Amino acid sequence: MLSDSPIAVEQHGPELLHHFVDAEQQRDAASLGMWLFLATEVMFFGGMFCAYLIYRYWYYNEFAAGSRSLDIWLGTINTAVLICSSLTVALGVRAAQMGKRKLLVILLLLTIVFGFAFLGIKGIEWYDKYKEHHIPGNSFNVDDLIKDYPQIHIDPRHEQIYFSLYFAMTGLHALHMIIGVGIFMFLTYYAWKGRYTPKYYTPVEMGGLYWHFVDIVWIYLFPLLYLIDRKPLR
Amino acid sequence: MFDNFPLWPVRASAGAGNIDALYIFLVALSALMCVAIFTMILVFATMYRRRRGVEAEQIEGSSALEITWSIIPLGIFMVIFLWGAVIYFHERTPPQGASEVYVVGKQWMWKLQHEEGAREINELHVPVGRDVKLIMTSQDVIHSFYIPAFRIKQDVLPGRYSTAWFRATRPGVYHLFCSQYCGTMHSGMIGQVVVMEPAQYQAWLSGGGTTGSLAASGESLFQQLGCPTCHRSDTQGRGPILAGIFGKPVQLEDGRTVIADENYIRESILSPSAKIVSGFRPIMPVFQGLLGEEQLNALVAYIKSLSLAPAGAAGKTSLTPAGTSSQNLKE
Amino acid sequence: MATAAITTERENYLNKEYGIRSWLLTTDHKRIALLYLASITFFFFIGGFFALLIRLELLTPAGDLVQADTYNKLFSMHGQVMIFFFLIPSIPAVLGNFLVPLMIGAKDLAFPRINLLSWYLYIIAGTIYLHCIVTGGVDTGWTFYTPFSTAFSNTRVIEAGISIFIAGFSSILTGLNFVVTIHRMRAPGMTWSRLPLFIWAMYATSIIQLLGTPVLAITLLLVVFERAFNLGIFDPTRGGDPLLFQHLFWFYSHPAVYIMILPAMAVESEVVACFTRKRIFGYNFVAMSSIAIAVFGFLVWAHHMFVAGISLYSALVFSILSYLVAVPSAIKVFNWTATMYKGSISFTTPMLYAFGFIGLFTMGGLTGLFLACLGIDVHVHDTYFVIAHFHYIMVGGAVMGYLGGLHFWWPKISGRMYPEAWGRLAALLVFVGFNLTFFPQFILGYMGMPRRYWQYPPEFQVLNVLSTAGSTILAIGYVLPMVYFLWSMRYGKIASDNPWGAAGLEWKTTSPPPTFNFDEEPEVTWEAYNYEQIPAPAEVNVER
Repeated sequence: MLSDSPIAVEQHGPELLHHFVDAEQQRDAASLGMWLFLATEVMFFGGMFCAYLIYRYWYYNEFAAGSRSLDIWLGTINTAVLICSSLTVALGVRAAQMGKRKLLVILLLLTIVFGFAFLGIKGIEWYDKYKEHHIPGNSFNVDDLIKDYPQIHIDPRHEQIYFSLYFAMTGLHALHMIIGVGIFMFLTYYAWKGRYTPKYYTPVEMGGLYWHFVDIVWIYLFPLLYLIDRKPLR
Repeated sequence: MFDNFPLWPVRASAGAGNIDALYIFLVALSALMCVAIFTMILVFATMYRRRRGVEAEQIEGSSALEITWSIIPLGIFMVIFLWGAVIYFHERTPPQGASEVYVVGKQWMWKLQHEEGAREINELHVPVGRDVKLIMTSQDVIHSFYIPAFRIKQDVLPGRYSTAWFRATRPGVYHLFCSQYCGTMHSGMIGQVVVMEPAQYQAWLSGGGTTGSLAASGESLFQQLGCPTCHRSDTQGRGPILAGIFGKPVQLEDGRTVIADENYIRESILSPSAKIVSGFRPIMPVFQGLLGEEQLNALVAYIKSLSLAPAGAAGKTSLTPAGTSSQNLKE
Repeated sequence: MATAAITTERENYLNKEYGIRSWLLTTDHKRIALLYLASITFFFFIGGFFALLIRLELLTPAGDLVQADTYNKLFSMHGQVMIFFFLIPSIPAVLGNFLVPLMIGAKDLAFPRINLLSWYLYIIAGTIYLHCIVTGGVDTGWTFYTPFSTAFSNTRVIEAGISIFIAGFSSILTGLNFVVTIHRMRAPGMTWSRLPLFIWAMYATSIIQLLGTPVLAITLLLVVFERAFNLGIFDPTRGGDPLLFQHLFWFYSHPAVYIMILPAMAVESEVVACFTRKRIFGYNFVAMSSIAIAVFGFLVWAHHMFVAGISLYSALVFSILSYLVAVPSAIKVFNWTATMYKGSISFTTPMLYAFGFIGLFTMGGLTGLFLACLGIDVHVHDTYFVIAHFHYIMVGGAVMGYLGGLHFWWPKISGRMYPEAWGRLAALLVFVGFNLTFFPQFILGYMGMPRRYWQYPPEFQVLNVLSTAGSTILAIGYVLPMVYFLWSMRYGKIASDNPWGAAGLEWKTTSPPPTFNFDEEPEVTWEAYNYEQIPAPAEVNVER
C-alpha cells in the first residue's frame, strides 16, 4: 500500500513523463495544449486587429498614406523569408519523423537563419521609420507625407494612430519571432544531441506549430499594413 | 416616499414615475423569488434533515421541470427587457423643440450655458414643465452628468457631444453628481439643479446681467474668427452656406451622406478635413486647440439658430439670431 | 504541545520531502495548490485592509480620514488586488489545482512544470504590484478608463498594468492546463457524463480564462504603450477613441466575472450533493448550464456601457443578451434547491456556506436583472447599487463558495479536521456581516449615491454607518478560519480517507493523498454522485 512511485522502475526517456499513462497520451496532451495556446495568441493579436480595423475604417486616407510609406520590397522579401522558414520547419518535422538527425539539425539551423533575416530586415525598416520621423512620440512628423499626397487630406494626429498600431503590431510580432528563434535554438541543441527520434519528436512538432502561427500572423499583417492602397498615384 | 427612511429620491421629472414603477415591480418580483426559494430551502432543510435510518431518495431530474423553470423566467425577463427598453428609448430621444443647455464638464466642475445666454457653474436653473435638452462635452476626461431626482444619467466624453433630456415636474433643489470617476475631486464635482416656477425662472434669467443669447455670442465669435469670409450667405463662398444646414443631410465628397448634427458641426470646426462637403476644397483652417469648449458651444448654437423656423417652437423663448441678415429667414 | 499521537505516518504529498526547495521547485499539483493558498490569502488581507480603510472613511460624509487622492488609490487597488490577485486565482488555483487530477483519476495535471510557472508568474506579478503600492499606488479605478489612465493620472499606471498583464498569463496557463488535463487524462471509465459537476464548471471557467484573458492583456499593453510612448490610440484630442478602450476592456472583464463565479458553483454542486447525500438534480442541465454561461458570457460586455455613448441599437442587443445569460444561472439555483427535496441533509460548515451561497447568489443575481434593464440601469449605473450587486455575487457568492470548498476539502488537503463549532460560527458571522455590509448599499445606490465617492452628502450617512458596522463583523468572520485552519494543521483531529462519506475519486485515496494521488490507477464503473452506494458516515460532525 505504500506509495513507492511504481513508475520509477520503468526505463523511459522524455517521451513518457511520470504522470502520463502512455506516450500517446503525452503526445495528445502536448498537441492539444499547443493548439489551445495558439488560440490564446489569436485572441491576443485579435484585440489589436480590432483596433486596427476600426481606425482604418475611420481614417482610411491616413492609413493609406502610412501604408505607402512602408517599403513594399522589404515587406515582400520578409514575407518570402517567413514562408521559406515555414518550409524548413515542416521539412524539419518530417526529418525528425524519419530519424534523420543531421538533416533535422540543418533544417532547424536554416529556420533560425531565416528568423534572423526577418528580424534584421524588420530592424532596417524600423530604422528607416526612425529616420523619417514616423515613430510616434515627441519627434513624430509627417510633413513629408502631407507634401507627397496633396490630393488627400492627412491629419497628423490620425496618421500617428496608424504608426502607433504599426509599431505595436509589428513589435509584438517581432517579439514572438525572437521567442521563436530562442525556442528553435533549444530545439537545435537537443536535436544535435540526438534527443529526437521517430518515437519522440513532439517538441519539434510543437515548436513548428508555434512557428507556423507566427508566420500566419505576418501573412495577415503584411497586406493589412503594407498593401492598403498601392494603386499608382494619379 | 417614507420620509424618514427614503428608499428612492424624490420624483422630480416626468420620467421618474415610470422608472420607479419598473423598479418597484422588480423589487417585488425579486422579493417573491427570494421568499419562494428561501422558504423551499427552509422547508426542505427541516423536513429532510438527516435522520437515522432514513435514506435520501436518488432522483435523476425532470425535463419537464427544467423546461418550465427555464421558459417562465425567460418570459418574465423578456417583459422586464421590453419595459426597460421602452423607457430607455424614450430617455434617449429628446423631444422636438426642447430648449437646450450646453454643458461642459471639466476636472472638477460643471459649466452650463443656457441658450438665452445665462451661464452657471455647478448649478442648473430650469423652469417646471419645460423639455430641456442637455448637449454635453468634456474638456478633459470622461465625466457623467447624473441627476438622481430626474433618474437621468449620461457619460460626458471629450471630443464629442452626448445628449440627455428631461422635463422637470416639481419645483425644488436637487442633487447633481458627476458619476464617472474622473480623478482627485470626482466626489466634489457636484452641484444642484434648481427647478423653479416659470415666472420665477424668467425673473432669474433677467436678473443676471446676461450678455445676450448663446447664439448671439456665437455669432459675434463667428464674425471675429473671419468665418463669413468663406461661409457667405450666397453661393460664391469658398465654404458651404451654413444657413439651414442643421439637422439636414449633407453630401460629402467621398460619396457618404451624413446628418449635420451638433457633433458634425463641432468636428467641422476642429477637424475640417475629416468630412469635406461635396464640391468644396479642403481649405478650411483647423481650429483644434484654438477654441475652448464654451466657445465651440456658442458657435454650434449660432449655426443651429440659422435653421430656426422664424416663429420659434412652442415652449421656447423665441430667438432671433442677432444681426443676421433677414434674407436667411424666409418670412 | 502534544500532537495527536500517530504510530506510523503514511507517506503522503506533504511529508514526502521537506525543505523549502522541495516546495519552491515542486511540480506536484497539490503542493502548488498550497503555494497558491498562501499567496492569495496574503493578497486577500491586503485587499481587505484597503476595504477596511474605505469603509472607515465612509463612516462620515466628509473626507476626514485620508486625502481624496489616497481614497481614490484605496478603492482602485482594493478592486485590482481582490480581482486579479485573489478572486480570479482563488478556487481554480487552490481547489482546482488540488482536485482536478484527483477527481478524474490522474496522477497530476497535464503540464506540471507549466503549473509551477503559473505560480511564479503570479508571484512576480504580485511582487510588482506590491512595489506599485508602496511607491505610490494607482488611482484609475480598477477599470483603467482612458483618457484618465493614459493622459491624466499621476500614479503608477504602467507598473500596475504590467503587473496585471503578467498575472493574466498565470491565469491563462492554469486554464490551459485544466482543459488539456480534463480532455486527455481522465481515468479509464471516467466518461464525460460521469464527471463531477465540479469538473464541468472548472472546464467552463478554463475556457473563459483561455479566450478572454488575452484580450485584457493586449488592452493593458496598449494602455502601457500609450502612456510610456505618448501614443494617441485612446486619446480623443488626437483622434483616438476612449470608447474603444471600454469595449476591449469589458470584452474580458465581463467574462472575468464568470471566471469568478463558475468555480464557486462548482464547489456548490459537490457540497450540496454530499450533504444531501444525493445526486444533483438535473445533472445534465447543470453541466450544460456551465457551458452556456461561458459561451453567453462573451456576448454581453457592453451592458457596462449603456450610458457610455453606445448606440441605442447596441444597447438593446446587449440588454436582451444579458437576460439570456441569466437563465442558466437560474437553472442551477433551481436544481440545487430541488436536490434538497427528499435528501438527507446535515448542517456542517461547508453546507452552511452552501446555503449562504444559494441565498446570496440568488439575491445578487436578481439584482443583475435590474442592471440589465435599460431603463433602470440609467439611474443606478455607477452608483452603490452596482457595488452591492457585484459584491453579493463575488463575496456572497464566490468567496463563500471558496470558503465552503476549503472547509469541505480541508481534511483531504491537510489530513486534519478543522474545529466544526468554530467553522459554523465563522460561517454565521460571514453571512450576517456580509448582509449588513452590502444590503444597505442597494438602497444607497437607488437613492443616488455615486460610487468612488470620497465624500458624500449627509443624508447618505446612516446607511454608510450600517455598512461599515457590517464590515467589521465580516472581517472577524474572515480572520477566524485563517486562525483555526492553521491551528488544525497541528492540533486538529486526524481525518480519515472519507470523513464526509462523499462521492468522488478524491475521497477514494488517503487524506492527505500520496504524491502520485492513487496507489493504483482507478477504473470507474459508476456514475457520479453514487450516494446510494456510499454509506453515510456514523457522525458527520467530528469535533468533540
